[in-house]
Amino acid sequence: MTVAKGDGGGRVTHVPSAGTSASDEIERARRDMLHEGRMQKRTRIGADVLCEALVRQGVDVFFGYPGGVILPLYDVLGDYPELRHILVRHEQGAAHAADGYARATGRVGVCLGTSGPGATNLVTGIGNAQLDSIPIVAITGNVPGALLGKDAFQEIDITGITLPITKHNYLVRNADDIALVLAEAFHIARTGRPGPVHVDITKDALQGETRAQHPDEETVVAGLPGFRPTLDGHPRQLRTIAQEIAKARRPLILAGHGILIAEAEEELRELAEKAGIPVTWTLLGIGAIDETHPLAYGYMGMHGWKHVNRAIQSADLLIALGMRFDDRVTGNVKTYAPHARIVHVDIDPAEIGKNVAVDVPVVGDVRRVLRSLLPLVEPVDRETRATYLGQLAEWRLESEGSSWHGSGTWRTGLLSADYVLEQIGEANDHDATMVADVGQNQMWTARYAGYRRPKSHLSSGGLGTMGYGMPAAMGAALGRPDKTTWAIVGDGGFQMTIQELATLVQDDIPVKIALLDNRKLGMIRQWQELVYAGNYHSSEMVGPDYLKLADAYGIPAWKATRPGEVRPAIEAANAVDGPALVWFEIASEQNVFPMMPAGKGLSDLLEELEEQL
Amino acid sequence: MSGDIAAGPVPARPIPGSGETRRHVLVAVVQNRTGVLNRVASLMRARDFNIESLSVSHTDSEDVSRMTITIHGDEFHVEQATKQLYRLIDVLKVQDVTDEPTVQHELALVKVRATDRNRGEIVSIVEMHRARVVDLAPESVVVEATGTEVEVDALLTLLRGYGIRELVRTGAVVMARGSGSIEEATKR
Repeated sequence: MTVAKGDGGGRVTHVPSAGTSASDEIERARRDMLHEGRMQKRTRIGADVLCEALVRQGVDVFFGYPGGVILPLYDVLGDYPELRHILVRHEQGAAHAADGYARATGRVGVCLGTSGPGATNLVTGIGNAQLDSIPIVAITGNVPGALLGKDAFQEIDITGITLPITKHNYLVRNADDIALVLAEAFHIARTGRPGPVHVDITKDALQGETRAQHPDEETVVAGLPGFRPTLDGHPRQLRTIAQEIAKARRPLILAGHGILIAEAEEELRELAEKAGIPVTWTLLGIGAIDETHPLAYGYMGMHGWKHVNRAIQSADLLIALGMRFDDRVTGNVKTYAPHARIVHVDIDPAEIGKNVAVDVPVVGDVRRVLRSLLPLVEPVDRETRATYLGQLAEWRLESEGSSWHGSGTWRTGLLSADYVLEQIGEANDHDATMVADVGQNQMWTARYAGYRRPKSHLSSGGLGTMGYGMPAAMGAALGRPDKTTWAIVGDGGFQMTIQELATLVQDDIPVKIALLDNRKLGMIRQWQELVYAGNYHSSEMVGPDYLKLADAYGIPAWKATRPGEVRPAIEAANAVDGPALVWFEIASEQNVFPMMPAGKGLSDLLEELEEQL
Repeated sequence: MSGDIAAGPVPARPIPGSGETRRHVLVAVVQNRTGVLNRVASLMRARDFNIESLSVSHTDSEDVSRMTITIHGDEFHVEQATKQLYRLIDVLKVQDVTDEPTVQHELALVKVRATDRNRGEIVSIVEMHRARVVDLAPESVVVEATGTEVEVDALLTLLRGYGIRELVRTGAVVMARGSGSIEEATKR
């Protein structure tokens, strides 16, 4: 349900995030006046406390969709001009946008929905944030407390639904509790291993009068005795790591998402350089190290580089930093890194020993752990590592020089996805925020765009949520307006959340969309070809004329079908002040190689098909 | 593979959770907030830990509850259950007390078929097991038994011969012997 509201009554619904201190000052004065003006007419209600809490937490933009029971909030929202509300077209878009905002900025993202369907529509986005440890606070309205459990209109047990897919959740039934719960929610979402927190608030709590004060951080921490993440690694374990490094002849660092979350990029680079250890990364660890660094070795796992997986299989020491040995990373655990001892640093004790048994477990914030570890590590000169690094370089040359990718064309005259990604990366000086959808497009984005800085690659890793790309890019673009944001989507995922095109237009969010259209569900088709004996069921996909579609929304768009059209189209889209779309009609049967078939190990990569040579 | 690496077969990397399983008893001290039992039960289900028994009650402090959880698994599996429980914000302390000296008791109430002819016999069995009869009716008696799982099982085996009409067992509640306190350990 949408409610159109006039701009009268001194309400300002869309104010760009403040920049200078002068404009902050003006905003504050304006806010004070507004509050003063309204205080004479009405009292402070739960919905005000919610808005105040968001302001206190530094939220400048959030994403939502109104509905019956959340209307009390929308009724007061205009009084808080520092809160920019983005009206999405579907609540899933709001959750992904909050997620994209959080990944791009490192701050907590916020999304909002009403009860019932509004809340259930958020669920996919909340689950996505849970699997990838993304700090978001999802707020939903619920029916008045007296109607809870009565199957009232648009009532559903949403806290029951989100319980197993959140870091924590709350049902708030009293206006007096909103301040403390919101403070706890933000604290829990961003502290330790981040994650989504869901706050469900009844309509009467939003409407109830309250004088409750906002707690300070100390009070919040004191009220959560069961939540005390361990931040510093155990000194004895740190000494053990230093000894393991000193002994190792073929050490390898596995950098995960934890490096980006803890902002430990500097410490990671120092460790690699001091001990001469090559760095590999997981899907969500992309950007942990500049890919042009001499010790940056590459992306690992199911669709990782062959030389990287080969290095893992031959390593005698794996130093896993802020990653969780996902099955897409290890393949068959029994044959994983057979010669390696494993050091595992993670802030979540439950990740250690969950998927692989490790030799040196360390619980802690990876930045603090590395800072304490660095002085203990003996420097290793390049001479000592010469043979090892020489061999890795050889493997890399071999794997990157394979004939089936990066050639610019794939089969004569057809556009190849890897070429498109390379061009998008280059055209943006590898500084754009690249937001992938899920499937082949995601793997091409991970492999070929080239990354230089942290938080420049966003991808739905754990949940693998098709439809993630464009709405997440919305959040990323608003969170980092200083960077160009590209959403890399396939025609399947794009059509899952395509409705957010209107949001891009209404709020002028400058997302550039690269649509890799192969008229297929490409990854499904690839599996059907390679694993299901070419039984292509339900992987053909008809799409609209995307130029007409973009035109209908008023979004400038270009189409590229040949290599020569790629770069000009990218640059044209970059030149647009606002959203733009480039429709890349790519080869319909290009596969992502190498590929580790499910259940196999890292040494069993499928590299190419005869017919593609 | 490189010459730098030892040739020959390499033993398979062990998979956590594939070791020898046995019964473990966990004690969890939790904040007494709405839904905490739901959180624990939901986690155990979602993570595929098979709960054998679960008992919950207040402690002496009204905002703290205590759970005794019996599960089957190997060391890794049970350690993983403990760590996952710790991820719940409301969980204050979890301890695997399986190998510690403990008192592990449960309470059973049994309604046994009884006639004038065998009632005396039943009562003497009950007394021998240090249980007691808490209700007498013309055709049945209700027996209250406390003790270890094994002790209660032994009594039930004998009573089964007369016909058990109803049975309820609480599942084990556990307390470590000695002067240490798991609850006091949560107050930092």
